[in-house]
Amino acid sequence: MNSESFDRIGKIDISWCPGCGNFAIRNSLTKALSELSLKPTNTALISGIGQAGKMPHHILVNGFHALHGRAIPTATAVKAVNPNLTVIAEGGDGDMYAEGGNHLIHAIRRNPDITVLIHNNQIYGLTKGQASPTTLINTKTPTQPFGVFEEPLNPIALAISLNASFVARTFSGYVEETKEIIKQAISHKGLSIVDIFHNCPSFNKVNTVSWYQENTYFMYDHDPQNRKEAFNRALENEKYPLGVFYICKKPIFEEKLPAYEKNKTPIWNREPVVENIDKIINSKKV
Amino acid sequence: MNLENEVSIVLGGAAGQGIHIIEESLTKVLKLSGYNVFATKEYMSRVRGGINTTEIVVSSKKNRSYFKKVDLLVTFEKGVLNHLNDRLDEKTIILGEIKNIDDEYVNNKNIIDVPITEISKSVGGELFSNTVGSGIILGLFDGDLEIFNKYITEKFSKKGAGVIDSNLKAALKGYTLGKKILIDHDIQITIKKNSEVKNEVLLSGTEAFALGFARSGCNFVSFYPMTPSTGVSVFLANHAKDLGIIVEQVEDEISAINMAIGSWYAGGRGLVTTSGGGFSLMCEAVSLSGMTESPVVIYLGQRPGPSTGLPTRTAQGDLNLALYSGQGEFPRIIYAPGSIEEAYFTSQLAFNMADKYQVPVFVLSDQYLSDTYYNISDLELKHIKKENYITKTEKDYKRYRLSDSPISKRGIPGYGDGIVLLCGNEHDEFGDVTEDPKLITKMAEKRNNKINLIEKDSIMPKFFGSDNYKNLIVTWGSTYYPVRDALLKLDLKDTALLHFNQVYPLPKESEKYFKNAEKIINVELNYSGQFGQLLKQFFGINIHSNVLKYDGRTFSVEDLSKKLEEILRG
Repeated sequence: MNSESFDRIGKIDISWCPGCGNFAIRNSLTKALSELSLKPTNTALISGIGQAGKMPHHILVNGFHALHGRAIPTATAVKAVNPNLTVIAEGGDGDMYAEGGNHLIHAIRRNPDITVLIHNNQIYGLTKGQASPTTLINTKTPTQPFGVFEEPLNPIALAISLNASFVARTFSGYVEETKEIIKQAISHKGLSIVDIFHNCPSFNKVNTVSWYQENTYFMYDHDPQNRKEAFNRALENEKYPLGVFYICKKPIFEEKLPAYEKNKTPIWNREPVVENIDKIINSKKV
Repeated sequence: MNLENEVSIVLGGAAGQGIHIIEESLTKVLKLSGYNVFATKEYMSRVRGGINTTEIVVSSKKNRSYFKKVDLLVTFEKGVLNHLNDRLDEKTIILGEIKNIDDEYVNNKNIIDVPITEISKSVGGELFSNTVGSGIILGLFDGDLEIFNKYITEKFSKKGAGVIDSNLKAALKGYTLGKKILIDHDIQITIKKNSEVKNEVLLSGTEAFALGFARSGCNFVSFYPMTPSTGVSVFLANHAKDLGIIVEQVEDEISAINMAIGSWYAGGRGLVTTSGGGFSLMCEAVSLSGMTESPVVIYLGQRPGPSTGLPTRTAQGDLNLALYSGQGEFPRIIYAPGSIEEAYFTSQLAFNMADKYQVPVFVLSDQYLSDTYYNISDLELKHIKKENYITKTEKDYKRYRLSDSPISKRGIPGYGDGIVLLCGNEHDEFGDVTEDPKLITKMAEKRNNKINLIEKDSIMPKFFGSDNYKNLIVTWGSTYYPVRDALLKLDLKDTALLHFNQVYPLPKESEKYFKNAEKIINVELNYSGQFGQLLKQFFGINIHSNVLKYDGRTFSVEDLSKKLEEILRG
């Protein structure tokens, strides 16, 4: 195997708590990248803020630890300017569903060929345990002391309703399965959304590892091409289905851009077309 | 009646009546006929109705300022005359149909009834009234009818021979009427034609900004529409294919600027176009640009007022917003071109400087400058070469390497053997998060020390006037030409003008101009004299008088000369 390692060598100051699901996600991610024979120098991981947002510091890859909620627009532009890069946007449930909710919706419309990995631990960990958009009803938190009463966001149903190109959910505890889903997501042409359940040992005492094990199951009998069935599956909440819910082929943002119509050279590697600018200036003479 | 050397024509009508069609055809054809032209508009924030006007100045010498006076008014709607009440005088010639004259003016002796509707109906319908109107003015100004005919033929080439033919008839009838009006009303218009003008470029502020950006390699534009900045994005979107530029209208301003920053990270040259309200949403990402040392260029089209303010009017009220936007401390560059020539030059420079210093760069415009256009010779358009600063990375590449220079080499993903890690948290040389006090200090110094280099690289202000001045007038942005022309009109030997195209950081050397001045007069289109305060902060100088205006309209040469005269002679 000539796969490159995405592990950071040397001393890294890991900021995740012992037992955090983020470790398992990192393992699944680095293995997926290696097994896809990607190169760290040709991969870019754009993250937001929060514990999930620290991923670029914990693996060996080009990275941009950007703003809260803004990983998706940043990643979209990176891919558009250099389509040769493998681009991943990564963040938590606060990052992608609260601050960045608008960007997620419009990224689905735009359909850039990027992968969005969402660490969904149904709580805000870094800011010490406030409810997130996916926290379950009745969960008590320091800032929702009488229990959350807002209905949790269903990101899977939302994405399918908007006809997202690739929609999957997994649980970080299933490292092998998560790795395979991430590989599939990265290999998929178009926007891939992977919602990754994971535990927060410090601040989420409800959705623990055993809770996820008991309350999820893998779909083995599901056809991801069937949108209606995918939507039905997405609405299940007795037990939450895991696996690839939905796949559809759609035109890709960067491939539809007029700037790439005649010239396939990545934008970053082009010089200004001075003669065409002069032509425009001259056209203003008549 | 004699009209000499410079004539200001004002066309007034409701939104949706097609005044801009007349404006476009007239300015083009008059320029091709050999006249210097200048045009600017003022309009209401609505799609239909209301009163909008366009001023076209036709002149022997190049005129680049807005005039308050109206020599020739063409009205297409009742209400126009009242709208222009304070700009009309006893000499203003009013052309229009009686139905479009306000009751208060019906007895004005300067009204010339032009039956535009009747003429257009005779050639096929009211649809042709714009062509009739243009024809009349061309007739008055002895414009070249052949050129107008050619213009019409090309303009309507896709609409078929019938439409072309009716327009040609409309043009001729209008033109003939224009000539007849000259004789019937004993009007002489004497403006010199100059064959060199024919070959000049007719460029608007918006076009100059857009072309300048493209010229220095802008290849990524993300924006959310907002007047008066959208024009730049529209222009570049229309040329996305031939110029190889990605132009995307996105979900909000926050997305726009984060995309632009992302584009630079990948090696592109990203621009956002916005106005104050939209820019307010972008401030957080300006701070990200500062911390990650990622370049970004922000085209900020200023308009008046807090909040939605006056969406289609003009102001210079967002200097402080640009200057202090974003939390934390980090350097930035702010330009404020004063003319279409400067707009073209500065927008090129903006990209090179953003790349060179890895900082956010602002290009401040306003509605007046964006919507103004005039003819320019090739010599007035300065081209500068795109400078490339991206480095191919080595295996041990560190994005924020500390060295003698505060500028670390900027690598991009996929170009070289290194890993490029940008970080919005305080970081070490590689880009990893740090809380080490020594490193924090070094990194803060590295970032902020750039300002000293930028300062040395700042554009000197433009000085205009006699070297032996006692009074110094200061301008920035689009007030340059009106102030200059007011000074020329006053013909004061003891007064000079200093115009700043770069408003932050100010070049140290420019301090010398203030030392020689007894009185410093600051002219700005805002309430608090923001630039004057900045001058005080930079150079410790006191502004003797502020000439400020904040009614959403730009300065006219006439108003300015009156105000300056009061201050200087008072």
